[in-house]
Amino acid sequence: VCFIPGGLDCSISFVSHVLGKVCVHGRQKEMLSVLVPRLTDLTKSDCIWQRICWRLVECVPDRWMEAVVLGFVQRAPGAAVLSRLLGNLVVKNKKAQFVVTQKVLLLQYGHTTAVLQNLLGYLSLDSLRRALLIKVLKELLETWGSSSAVKHSPPEQQQYISKAILICLSHLKEPEIESCRQELLTSMMEGVKCHLDSSLPQIRRLGMIVAESISSKINTDGPVLKFQYEEDDEARELKSLLVQTPPFCVVPSLPDDDRNGKADAALPLVLESNKKSHTAAPVMPDEKSDAELDSDDDLIPYDMSEDKELKTKAPVYIRDCIEVLTGSEDVDKWEATVKALESLVRKNPAATREVSVELAKVLLHLEEKTCIEGFVELRQRAQVAVLTTDPIPVIKYLTSQFYSLNYSLCQRVLVLAAQELSYPKSHGKTKHSGAQKPCIQLLPGSDSSKDWRRIVDERIKSKTRRFATGQSQVELASGPNEFNSVAGHFFFPLIQHFDRPLTTFDLLGEDHFVLGRLVHTLAVLMYLAVNTVAVTAMGRALLEFVSALRFHTDSYVRQGLLSCISSMLLSVPAERLLEDMTEELLETQSWLGDVVEKDPDGDCRRLALQNLLLMENLKKKLKTVPS
Amino acid sequence: MALPPPDPQFVLRGTSAAVHALHFSCGSQEPDVPILFSGSENGFIHVWNLKTHRVDTALDGHGRKSVYCVETMDGKDRLLSQGRDQRICLWDLAEGRTALTDSVFTENVGFCRCSLLKVAQGRWLMAMAAKALEEVQVLELPSKTSVCTLKPEVGAKLGMPMCLKLWQLNCGSRPLLLAGYEDGSVVLWNLSMGRALSQLVCHQEPVMSLDFDSEKAKGISGSSEKVLSIWSLNEQQNLQVYKTHELVNAGISGITIRPDKKILATAGWDHRIRIFGWKKMKPLAVLDYHTATVHCVSFSDHKNPSERLLAAGSKDHRISIWSIYTQT
Repeated sequence: VCFIPGGLDCSISFVSHVLGKVCVHGRQKEMLSVLVPRLTDLTKSDCIWQRICWRLVECVPDRWMEAVVLGFVQRAPGAAVLSRLLGNLVVKNKKAQFVVTQKVLLLQYGHTTAVLQNLLGYLSLDSLRRALLIKVLKELLETWGSSSAVKHSPPEQQQYISKAILICLSHLKEPEIESCRQELLTSMMEGVKCHLDSSLPQIRRLGMIVAESISSKINTDGPVLKFQYEEDDEARELKSLLVQTPPFCVVPSLPDDDRNGKADAALPLVLESNKKSHTAAPVMPDEKSDAELDSDDDLIPYDMSEDKELKTKAPVYIRDCIEVLTGSEDVDKWEATVKALESLVRKNPAATREVSVELAKVLLHLEEKTCIEGFVELRQRAQVAVLTTDPIPVIKYLTSQFYSLNYSLCQRVLVLAAQELSYPKSHGKTKHSGAQKPCIQLLPGSDSSKDWRRIVDERIKSKTRRFATGQSQVELASGPNEFNSVAGHFFFPLIQHFDRPLTTFDLLGEDHFVLGRLVHTLAVLMYLAVNTVAVTAMGRALLEFVSALRFHTDSYVRQGLLSCISSMLLSVPAERLLEDMTEELLETQSWLGDVVEKDPDGDCRRLALQNLLLMENLKKKLKTVPS
Repeated sequence: MALPPPDPQFVLRGTSAAVHALHFSCGSQEPDVPILFSGSENGFIHVWNLKTHRVDTALDGHGRKSVYCVETMDGKDRLLSQGRDQRICLWDLAEGRTALTDSVFTENVGFCRCSLLKVAQGRWLMAMAAKALEEVQVLELPSKTSVCTLKPEVGAKLGMPMCLKLWQLNCGSRPLLLAGYEDGSVVLWNLSMGRALSQLVCHQEPVMSLDFDSEKAKGISGSSEKVLSIWSLNEQQNLQVYKTHELVNAGISGITIRPDKKILATAGWDHRIRIFGWKKMKPLAVLDYHTATVHCVSFSDHKNPSERLLAAGSKDHRISIWSIYTQT
């Protein structure tokens, strides 16, 4: 396709029509892959060609405008080029404006970061268009900060919007920030709250990164907001979006330094573990008055620089530990006790049994006095040790506390975590893995059906600790499931009161994070109760519980519910399932089908699919076994 | 540049219990092997062959109660051991025998190690904590007759005797006893008259161990605190503090001065053995090998100075043997 240059006043509306029609019919790729590079070259320095290009796109009829504009935005190798090609189209044409500022950013989320960069960069390059940039930013922030959007939109979309916000921020200049500083601040506060409320760690982190970025932009001097989160590729990518050098660098130095400084400041605070500094006490006594020569001088001292004070030792008796943890002001001793507690408990089961409930209470209320590395883990492991040494009284205490007043989220979660982790010990060796193997062989070798087992295993593994790891390759020797006697004690109290709201704790209301954890814990409990006597009763109770919570808005909770179903299908013997729970199973199956199709969360859909496969396998298994 | 401290020459393993007492017997000539006796918490006395580094014999005479003192009487054929079964046993180990020849029922449930002193050929004096709380009884061995009972004055409130040392200036002079008590004082007793000659408060905490150099009339004591106390005896037989030495970590279980009076070793609760020059308390080395409290230290009685050894027994069931400062 070539154009006739020259002073001819030709009308290119025909060409625009052709272009539009071709694009709308889906031939963007072919057409534009030739057109765009050509135009890029031609418009590089030639103003006439630039204007021709603008005329070209402006004349595209509205009904085809979207396809054309989108095609250009996607194909242009950079915001500057896009600017040359489109000119002020977005300002002049309402449809183009709609596409660029609304549709691409808010209604779609499948575009790459490069597209976003192009688009927003384009908006920033001309003073007429900058007003649109600010408008876009405000709208993005509104969406970002809306709690219903955070709750219901897919994580991918949220990430997309976050990226767009970050890119916008990177293009803003100082005076513009000044003018909308207050608004930015308000939206940031609202948005950060919704994000932190979410149960999904990814959403929380997105919120944190964006909030940090906004804060650093609006508070150029003075303290900026800083969060602590896991730094990984995604986080780094997001933060790199903030560091922009706009193509025509007429930006004054202040925002530039700002941005560079921000790149450093945006790194999360690394918590330094408490390093004990030993003072090497000089052993040399102070008599320098060795004026007298005596035979002692033959004795040459050895190097004694390693001779330092001994670290404080932890108490060796459990009762002493309790004393130190509840009363002691000596922080060194407290730290040493916390570190040594788990092994002490395991070495002295008889002594622990005497004070088990008290110890569990102390641990539950234990707060971090000094900064110990891995405090949460240490506390959990100690709690687990206490629990496995003396299961029944401690579990009674813990489950009663779970539903009581005035506990913080962390504490309730601790209760649950402690229960989860304590199972492997009582789990002992069961025939569980053996029972599952025949199942796999019956299936046709499709990937997804092997996946479910692996994924369930992995999930369980990540939450539990296996003690007999060395033997897991070999068929585990079967023995009675030691969990049998205590399974019910773990399970039923937890499930009992979930719908009873207390003044400070409402599982069905705000505390959906704890509800999510509760649901996951119940799933693990169910899984480990295989071959116990109570398993069928547990299965039935669990199914009822799941049915009550089916349509919960929080995706973390829904994921937990789906894993409950998986555990149940794996643990309850197939005969029992089909005999006693047929109707409920059918109902569950239809619900699962719904989830697979309609749930906004990708993980939920996948889990539901696995559950359906499990159910299929179950049916097949029973068909092949002659009844 | 100071050298790093030496490693143990060898380590004896196999007691399977904490080691509370050590005693060398290396003075005899070839073909007799050098021997180390060790007393453990499980009631056994092990006879270690220092050439093969293995146990030659194990003596079981204290009903599996901890043995916390072992001493030889005239070489390695006669052994005295003291255990928590309230007994002091005498053994005949000559010609490969392991015969329990005699025992003394002390009726004392404490931890105070007895002290032996040879006063004449075939006659020893033994000081031990007696049945009554603050008393020390001195017996003559092997006749087991009581020589005297040393009672502190009423109201002295010394507490239990914690460590004892019988000594005499030279053969023939009257024997004296130094006793460290629970209240931190060291008392010098005259045995013939049965009364205290001098008392000195050396520590705030119980005196865990003491040793005395009769030639220089200087002694040293350690307790559960961070301080070693060095005291001397003047002509009037009065104890006075000579100096104190501050330690890095608190707690001393045992002190012993080498027979040549050049160095001394302390066994610490901080798992370390410390060597000091005796003359000026100059710190010489810190031997850090054990992983638990060191309960006892002992120097060997080798005739050849270059073969001299130091042994340390610890709660970690090991006995470390060191060769240190053997050139002087």
